[in-house]
Amino acid sequence: MELERFSYDNKIVKAFIIATVVFGLVGMLVGLTAAIQLVYPIFNFDTQYTTFGRIRPLHTNAVIFAFVGNAMFAGVYYSMQRLLKARMFSDTLSWIHFWGWQLIILAAAITLPLGMTTSKEYAELEWPIDIAITIIWVVFGWNMIGTIIKRRERHMYVAIWFYIATFITVAVLHLVNSFEMPVTLFKSYSGYAGVQDALVQWWYGHNAVAFFLTTPFLGLMYYFLPKAANRPVYSYRLSIIHFWSLIFIYIWAGPHHLLYTSLPDWAQSLGVVFSIMLIAPSWGGMLNGLMTLRGAWDRVREDPVLKLMVVAITAYGMATLEGPLLSLKDVNAIAHFTDWIVAHVHVGGLGWNGFLIFAILYWVVPRMWNTKLYSTQLANTHFWLGTLGIIFYALPMYVSGVVQSLMWKEFNAEGFLVYKNFLETTVQIIPLYGLRAIGGALYLTGAILMTYNLIKTAYAGNFIANEETSAAPLVKEYVPSRNAGWHHRVLEHKPVIFTVLTLVAILIGGIIEMVPTFIIKSNVPTISTVLPYTPLELHGRDIYIREGCVNCHTQMVRPFRSETERYGEYSKAGEFVYDHPFLWGSKRTGPDLHRVGGKYSNTWHYNHMLTPDAVSTGSIMPAYMWLYEQNIDKDLTAGKISALRKIGVPYDEGYEATANEDLEKQSAEIVKSLKADGIEVPDDAEIIALIAYLQRLGQDIKGAKTAAVEK
Amino acid sequence: MYKNVLQNIDNIAIWPVISFVIFFLFFICLLWWVFTTDKKVIDKMKDLPLEKSENNDAYLNL
Repeated sequence: MELERFSYDNKIVKAFIIATVVFGLVGMLVGLTAAIQLVYPIFNFDTQYTTFGRIRPLHTNAVIFAFVGNAMFAGVYYSMQRLLKARMFSDTLSWIHFWGWQLIILAAAITLPLGMTTSKEYAELEWPIDIAITIIWVVFGWNMIGTIIKRRERHMYVAIWFYIATFITVAVLHLVNSFEMPVTLFKSYSGYAGVQDALVQWWYGHNAVAFFLTTPFLGLMYYFLPKAANRPVYSYRLSIIHFWSLIFIYIWAGPHHLLYTSLPDWAQSLGVVFSIMLIAPSWGGMLNGLMTLRGAWDRVREDPVLKLMVVAITAYGMATLEGPLLSLKDVNAIAHFTDWIVAHVHVGGLGWNGFLIFAILYWVVPRMWNTKLYSTQLANTHFWLGTLGIIFYALPMYVSGVVQSLMWKEFNAEGFLVYKNFLETTVQIIPLYGLRAIGGALYLTGAILMTYNLIKTAYAGNFIANEETSAAPLVKEYVPSRNAGWHHRVLEHKPVIFTVLTLVAILIGGIIEMVPTFIIKSNVPTISTVLPYTPLELHGRDIYIREGCVNCHTQMVRPFRSETERYGEYSKAGEFVYDHPFLWGSKRTGPDLHRVGGKYSNTWHYNHMLTPDAVSTGSIMPAYMWLYEQNIDKDLTAGKISALRKIGVPYDEGYEATANEDLEKQSAEIVKSLKADGIEVPDDAEIIALIAYLQRLGQDIKGAKTAAVEK
Repeated sequence: MYKNVLQNIDNIAIWPVISFVIFFLFFICLLWWVFTTDKKVIDKMKDLPLEKSENNDAYLNL
């Protein structure tokens, strides 16, 4: 058979590798800054662009999309070409993909500190950037599927399946969760509201974990671990079974982020059950990875690449046991909204994603530069620093999570809360935040050592831009041998059919969980006294979103006595029907705010937002002085009202004409009450709008005691 | 309220049953294939990243 000569594109891999390392350092540095801010609030630097609420999403987006994302592309472009014995389908598409992705990251880096955010976790980027992500993702998929179609290796190794599943599912997730109504160029409202928005968001959020952080990296593991260990994977059959189980089951797990919230019980239960089932396929992957090294453990002692991979796979196993256990309602009742969840995230992120990425970089860079790694010793040091970093991160967070949760729940013999003031619980765990910051610093230091090591390696070597190779082309008329099986004819050699089947598999869970919640007509309020936000409150809500308050404060009082005693009536689904987007939050660094309306005076809020520490001694909340100097833009009121009406909020037709009158009336009242306490503030100051919003929270149901409540 | 909506949809119980049937049939077929497939084919797939042999159709037709 005539061999075709061609070359693998290493230039694109090199570009993605450089981006990976740069953004890894940046993302970790932002994370470290955020961690330090929780210990020393002075590191909020007194500007609106650098508060915790604004940079936390910068950290998450940087490490997920810029660090892990670029690493995924580097690994996929390297492994896919070699597994399929074909150069990428189109060099042009490769470079559009690369530069497009980096421009998206740049847009994120600019817009997020400016407060341009949807507030939906890991989907914070506003609508123009969402469109760009869609385009670049399509480019990626087109390039990938084109390569699969022009491959010279007929069999698609399991890693390729993981890459296809990643592409398909992330596309679906992104499209469905980005359903938003633009108001201005960088502001939109989620098309979904309240409970539906929460469900869509966490269907998205959990599957972002599954199909952006897990499946592509399992694919990379299935390629790079055999390469590094120079032996085949332990069980190919297991890899097939766990691949399909994983993609069928993962989709359903989203509701485990919403246990004991206003999400309907049947959806919560589905999330729990499927999360437990998920242990099996996840551990299938872990065992397959670790068992690949059976008989070769002596090599793990010497080789930092294998060390990193072993810890990565073990961390994957730990996180995929911990996740399902956190999905059990009893465990979740303790862990939800605490640092335990943060610990869980970072075991997976630092351990599985970070370490696997480091391992791949240490393996692939010397080969692409045709040389040896500059310093194995330095790589080993990185390994130990990183491992210590993970431990110093996770263990303090386990302690702080459980301690804070138990303090929230502690009752004395007379039946009263022992720690009535939320702040008491935060103050206790600040030393643990300090330890966590040390863990992050260790991890970052390791990454810096790696950067040095890789740069020295590259300088010592000669980069192979195009790796020459040859392979036989596919036989045009393919006739499978008799013992190859019917599936060869039908499935595995038809990548398009495979792709479609993958799509069906992942759609089932999403449709079954979400469609029932959409059948309910959105203009039928479930609680008749719940009304849309006033224009002033809308401005205030948008400020709340802009400042990232949702990163530290929740708006979801759970049906536990410890919560109803502390906050008031537990949160009902019907209260959130006009919340575009929902703001239930994921973490209580500060108290829940769903029933804060009417609890404190306008003056209290005015003083608290200006100098939190003066009002609540020991508070780590940053000061928001710009809210007193900046005015709301009343020209935007009409746009907000009409955008919200388009997505189902029942403002009267033509209300835009009189909305600002209502706004001014409401703000005048607040200004008057502040004046009575000796505070002078302009009517249009942003703080007035924010106070109006906060004072509205949770108030509507107080009129619902006698009103009919539909189930 | 969700209960009311769901109860009012005719034959709604058929949908979870359909999804269960899809899952069940798919995995039965998958397991059947995985355990009946020729060991030679499995070994060839396993070795793909290692680029050991000339992985082309001629090999399979041996």
